Parts: sequence; C-alpha cells; structure tokens
Amino acid sequence: MTITLNVNGKNVQVDVQPNETLLDVLRNKLYITGPKEGCGNGECGACTILYNGKVVNSCLVLALEADGAEILTIEGLTKDGRLHPIQEAFIEENAFQCGFCTPGFVISTKALLDRNPNPSNEDIIEALAGNLCRCTGYQTILKAVKRAAEKLGVEK
Amino acid sequence: MKLVGRKVKRIDAMEKALGRSTYTHDFELPGMLYGAVVYPGVAHGVLKSIDTSKAKKVPGVAAVATYKDVPNNELGIVTKDMHVLVPVGGKVRFEADPVALVAAETKEAAEEAAALVKFEIEELPPVLTIDRALKNDIVVNGERNDAFHRKIRRGDVEKALEESHLVIDMEFETGYQEHAYLETQGAVAWWDGNTMTIWGSMQCPYYVQNDVAEVLRLPLSKVRVIQLETGGGFGGKEDVPSYIAVKAALLSYLTMKPVKLVYKREWDFRETSKRHPSKSRYRVGFSKDGKVLALHATVYLDMGAYSTLTPIVMYRSLTHAGSAYSIDNVHVDVYGVYTNKVPTGAFRGFGSPQVLFAMESIMDEAAKRLGIDPLEIRMKNALQPGKSTITGHVLKSSVGAKQTLMAVKKASNYEKLKKEVEEFNKKSVFLKRGLGWSHVIYGVSLGSAGQHLDASAAQVHVKADGSVTVMIGGTEMGQGAKTVMAMIACEVLGCELEKVTVLQPDTSVLQDSGPTVASRTTVFSGNAVKIAAQKIRDRIVEFLKKEGYKSIEIGKGIWVLDGEHVPFGAVIRKANDANVKLVETGWYETPKLHFDQETGTGEAYITYTFSTQLSLVEVDILTGRVQVKEVWVCHDIGKVINPDGAIGQVQGGVVQGMGYALMEEIKHDEKGRMIIRNFDNYTVPLITDIPKINAMFVEEEFEEGPFGAKGLGEPSLMSSPPSIANAVSNALGVRFNRLPITPEEVLLKLS
Repeated sequence: MTITLNVNGKNVQVDVQPNETLLDVLRNKLYITGPKEGCGNGECGACTILYNGKVVNSCLVLALEADGAEILTIEGLTKDGRLHPIQEAFIEENAFQCGFCTPGFVISTKALLDRNPNPSNEDIIEALAGNLCRCTGYQTILKAVKRAAEKLGVEK
Repeated sequence: MKLVGRKVKRIDAMEKALGRSTYTHDFELPGMLYGAVVYPGVAHGVLKSIDTSKAKKVPGVAAVATYKDVPNNELGIVTKDMHVLVPVGGKVRFEADPVALVAAETKEAAEEAAALVKFEIEELPPVLTIDRALKNDIVVNGERNDAFHRKIRRGDVEKALEESHLVIDMEFETGYQEHAYLETQGAVAWWDGNTMTIWGSMQCPYYVQNDVAEVLRLPLSKVRVIQLETGGGFGGKEDVPSYIAVKAALLSYLTMKPVKLVYKREWDFRETSKRHPSKSRYRVGFSKDGKVLALHATVYLDMGAYSTLTPIVMYRSLTHAGSAYSIDNVHVDVYGVYTNKVPTGAFRGFGSPQVLFAMESIMDEAAKRLGIDPLEIRMKNALQPGKSTITGHVLKSSVGAKQTLMAVKKASNYEKLKKEVEEFNKKSVFLKRGLGWSHVIYGVSLGSAGQHLDASAAQVHVKADGSVTVMIGGTEMGQGAKTVMAMIACEVLGCELEKVTVLQPDTSVLQDSGPTVASRTTVFSGNAVKIAAQKIRDRIVEFLKKEGYKSIEIGKGIWVLDGEHVPFGAVIRKANDANVKLVETGWYETPKLHFDQETGTGEAYITYTFSTQLSLVEVDILTGRVQVKEVWVCHDIGKVINPDGAIGQVQGGVVQGMGYALMEEIKHDEKGRMIIRNFDNYTVPLITDIPKINAMFVEEEFEEGPFGAKGLGEPSLMSSPPSIANAVSNALGVRFNRLPITPEEVLLKLS
C-alpha cells in the first residue's frame, strides 16, 4: 500500500507493508536514520519523533496508520545548514557520550520547549522520563535542556 | 599546557548532535542479506537432531547454517569451551546457546525461517545456582563446575585473626547487571572471495579479527575489521562482538554476499554477557583502633555456561578483594563456576564491584562496632607511598588515596551533614536518611595477568595543509577517547584541535593494540599518539633549524619562528614541500610487572587510581524505595586531560552503579529461561532517579602516563554501589548484604 507522509517539511509517497513500523519505513525506505531502534518495544525512546506535533515512539506506530501524518525527526531541525539551538546546547553542555540516544532526547526536548518555553526542573524531568541514556547519568542533558530554553528565549 | 586540562568540545560533537553518526544499525551495503539466530529455549540438554528443510523453503532465504557449515567450531577467548553453533550430539548449555543461523533478503524472512528450524533436545536438569553447581553432581561444562581458581596467600591470616580485637564474619550476594548499551550488538560481514571485511559495534577490533580468522581458518591478513560508531560498550562489547561477527562472517562466507546481523534487544538480553552474580564469605580482623589486620575471603563468581573472560575477571576480583587498604595478612580464593545460564563476562569494574561491596560493607560494620567514624577507619587504613596493597605491591608514587577522602569530607561539609541527617531522622517517621562512604582502588590496565596484550599502536599523519589524522588501535564507544587522543596530538604538535580527525580503527593498518578495556586507552593509546606526534614534531623542528631558524616555539595552532607568528598550516606546507616525512607510528608498551601467580603476590598493575564517594540517601520505609539525593565523589586519576570528559564519565558511572546497587535485576524461571528480556521489566535509572552529583579530582601524576594521566572509565562506576549500599544500611540501622537493594529487599529486611 502507498502512503503519503510529510517528513521534515517534504511530502513523500512510500510503499509499505501492513506489518511495517513507521520507524522501519523511515530508516529503511526513506534513509532517515536519526531515529534509532534501541528496544523495539516503546521503552527506550531512541526512536522518538514528532508526529503531528506530538512525541511518539515511532517503533510503536504502524506505517499504515501514519498516512497523511506530519513527521519531524532530528534531520528536520537544522535550517540552512545551521544547528538548531537545542543541538547547540547539547554540544555546549557535553550532553552525549555514545550519541545513540541523542536524536530521541533532542526531539523530546523540542516537544517540551514548543509547549513550555520556560520549563522547571520538574517539567524537564517529566518530559524526558521516556528516554533512556546509559552513558551520561542525565546530568548534562538536564543542563542542556535549560540552556536550550535560554537560547530559544533570547532568539524570540 | 596549551590544551591538556582545558575545557574543549568533543571532536565528534557535530555528527552526534546532528544524529548523523553511522552506527552498525545504519550501515548498508548493496545486495546485503540479513541474519537471524536460532536459540534452543532449553537451558540444558543434548542436541539430538536439527532439521532445516522447512526454513530453507522460506522465500528470500539464502542460507541456513548449522554446525556442519562452520570450518572451525571452537570458540572461547581464554579456554576453547564453547561452539559457534551447538553440534548434534553435543550439549546445549543455556537457553540461548545458538544452534543455527539464517541469512535472508529481509529481516522478516530471516526471522520467519529461524522460527521454522526444527530440533530435538534430550533435556537434562539445569544447574541454576552457584550452590547447586558446587555439588558437582551435574557437570555443566568440562570436568567440574568450579573449574577456575585464583588465590592470594600472604602472611599468617589465621594467627592474625586470632589476635584481632574484632573479627567481622559475613556473607554477601550480588546479582546480574545487564550493560543495556542503547545500541544492541551488531556486525556487517562481507566475504569477497579473498578478504573478509567486518564492520561493527565493538570495543576490541583485534579480538574480532582473531576469532573470525580462527573460525573460518583464514590468515589474519585476510580478515579486516573496521569499528563503526559504537553506541555504548561498558565491557559488553569486549569479547561478545567476536561471537556476533563470526556468525555474520560465516553467513557471508556461505552466501558470498554482505550479511548484516543486528541483534534485537531480546536476543541481546538472552545471549550476551552480563555482570557475574556472586556469593562470598568474608572474615576480616581489626585491631581495637580500627586497623585491618587480616583478610580472609572466598568468592564464587557465576560464569554461566561458558568461561569466556571469567578467568581474567577473577584476577580483578582477587586483586581488589581488600578494596583500597593496606593489609599484611591476606588469604583470598576466587572461583569461577559454570551454571546453565547466560555466560557472564566484562562489565565496567570487571569483577571488582562484587568484592568492593563486601569489603566496604565490612569497613562500615567494623567502624560501627568499634565506635569509630566510617571516614576515620578508612583514613587509618588508606594507602600511601611506601605502603603495600593486598598483593604486597609496595607503592612508590601517584597515590592520592587520602587526598580523595579529605576532598570529599571537605566538599560535603561532612560534620555538619551528619548532624543534619540525625536531625532529619529524629523528626521524620517514614522517611529515613543515611550517609554511606566507599573508598576504592583500581589497578589501571590489564595487570600482570594480561601483559602479553598490554601494548598499543597509533598512527599520526599530518596532511599537507596542516590538518591531522590520527588512528589508534583503541576504540571510541562514547567515553571520549577520540577527543583525548586529538588533544594529546595537538598538545605535542601545536596544531588546531578542530582540524584533527580521529579515524575509526582498522586492523589492516595498525598492529594489534590490545583491547579497549580496563581504563587503559588514555595511557596506552595516548602514549602511542604522543610518541608518534613527537617524532613528527622533532623532524619538523630539525627541518626548520636546517632552514636557518634559531628560535622555535610551539603554540596553539601557531608556531613562533624567530619571533614571527606562523600558522601551523603554513609551517607544514613548508615542510611538506621540502619532502619532510609527516606520518609516523607510535608504539607504547607497559613496564614489565613482577608478580607470582602461584601466591598472588607482587606488582599486580602498572599503577592505581583511588576513589572516595559519600552518598546521601532517603529511604521510604513504607514502600521500601530508596532515593539517592546527593553524592560527593573524588577520584585520583593522575592528570585530568579532558575535564568535561572526565566529569561525564563520573556522572555516568555513579548512575550506572546506582542502578546496580538499587534496581537492576535479571531473573530466570525454574527451567533456566531468562524472563527479563527487554526494558519493560529490566529497570535502568531514568532521569527521574538521578541524584545531584559533585565530582572532584585529585591529580597525583603517574610518571608513565601521558602528561601524568592514569585512567577513569571503570573506577567511575566502582565507588558508587558500596557507597549507596552503606548509606541505606546507615539509614535503617540494619546491614544489607545483598545487591540489588530493591524495594522488596528493603521491606523484607525491615519485616
């Protein structure tokens, strides 16, 4: 079956199987490899994307269901070759080590800051509770989200 | 120093922030097939038959491999006690002991075919605990279950125990820990009829090269291994990637096509290594004023169905059994025991967290019974130059043990903190707070048991424009090795950090550099980079002198030649155009250690790090939940080359150690099948669980280390579990002797 997706601002048509997940379609058919498969079970958040503006684990969405959806992955954050302030903040705070979880964290952060530009510590912790990181102990990620909020505040 | 010790950005930050790093999951080749593994689902039995006929008929299947297809079916890094694929007539020794492999055009076809491989197994009763294994009535592997033994014999322990004012006699148990690297294991193999090339997620490319060559009976020159971006290792990608790569390689060998074998999380849980569960008994003698007089310890490590790295893990359990203290009478036995469960192996700390938990618990218990502060008893027994470790290694220099204790005392405002905790507990009925110390040692690199592997190569290549490539035999797995290597190269060459590229390791380029384990990369690869860079720098200086320059100063991206500031690129252009050789290899080997393996005495490691942690916890006595509120931790790691990287290691290590201490557990059913298979029921720390972490460093430089550096990867975790466990015991006034201290364990202890 053919579905239409708007991925990172571009409309694409893609043939999908009834049992294929949105994550597999993004990675294997559209070569958008920012979202990662860490568990295949909706537990680790490495495959986090924005789906019609909401945070979802793309490994839990069937591609067929996504027909017509607007999707944002980490690849869609950079504009004119410039890093998004969230990405800058993650670099400045040293908020990744192996980097496998980073695309998921960055997207969860984007969703949080879109709806809440001045999050408290508790807000950040709640928004990132579905993303696993095994390297950093989360300390620098927490700081990076705060720094990203400041940067975005200044930009506005 | 121009760069060493200063704040820098990771050199691989951009691709990671963009989500563009190429992990094995992302790596594709034209015409590639996908692999799947067939597991028996039975923990112990004899494989009677395999039938692959139905599996072969699945559309898209290119090969179904069994033991008959493996040129050399023996595997095992220390002892050849395992198979690539279980042979008919041979034993299945754990429930995910691979019996067959499939390669197909799609993942789905491969998995469908894998499910259609039929086999018969004559079941045997499984051996699932250390106690059961020690009876030796059912032997899992080889001739007896307790197949490996290491020991220390020093002084007269029984006499010293008799003369002790206090003897603490306690038993301890610890559970599994899964690495839970976010990127599962994976490899891509391509046999082109001449050379087998492997790309994969790994810590140790040379291990993979050796195993693939042995299994396929190829010369090492025909096996090329290239590490891809690796999504976390923590020891879990030390030897295991060899077992993944040989499977992918076999399938490629049979099909003549590239084969990608990426593990699903469930396969990764069931088949790949974990931290060893342990049981131990400790008897430790103290004088009235708290001096440790004798240590008697017997430790059993559950190594699962195959020994893999256990004999080497045991060396670290042995040498770290007395934690960071100077003890003269020592009797330690460590045994590796086969059971019908997943093989256990390397995990950050490598056999030390189990024994450190025991010894550090005893230090606290002794302090309590002797009426001494837990900090004071540690100060009293701490190592310092001139004192000897439990193996009798007399330390000469780079011993910042006491400084780490003092730094934590000061930073935590310990005396005041103690009073605050006391006040809190007086007022609070259901929440109780506690403080717990740990003070641990870490022997850097492989030590006397692994000296044959303790050397490393690096290649530094300055390009004509002054940009630089560096290749090391060690790997980046997230810990920041690339950045440290680039900093060292720049410190020596005076080039710009932004223009250094650290390449992915490739076994066809550099000599076997040993494994990326044991917190050895900064010292070994770092020294090799430094040596290579120095050769190039010296040659450029010599060239400039010949050109008539009198004064040459090396700066940061700029060289000052007779007072004139010249960009590094221009200096190099000059040298390059004069045909100066700008590529060099560095080779660093360890100083040789004198150690008697029979008595377990002598120089166990080239140097040691020392760490102290104080943890503040709060326990809810109604739910049993433990919250770690704040930790203060100080490591003596010699010169800190990259402060941000070091702090990141400490923060990650503390939290991973917290998971081990409080929440992470693997369980099996009564038949030995693993019932924890993914993150839905394996709980790792989340952002909701983290404490405030105060990280500090003492820099007692190691004369052999690059710029005085030692190592940090493992100690960053090791200080955490015993400190947290001691804090929980302190909060509730009862001693916990099992890890993890889950809410159920707390409630059980309180009831």
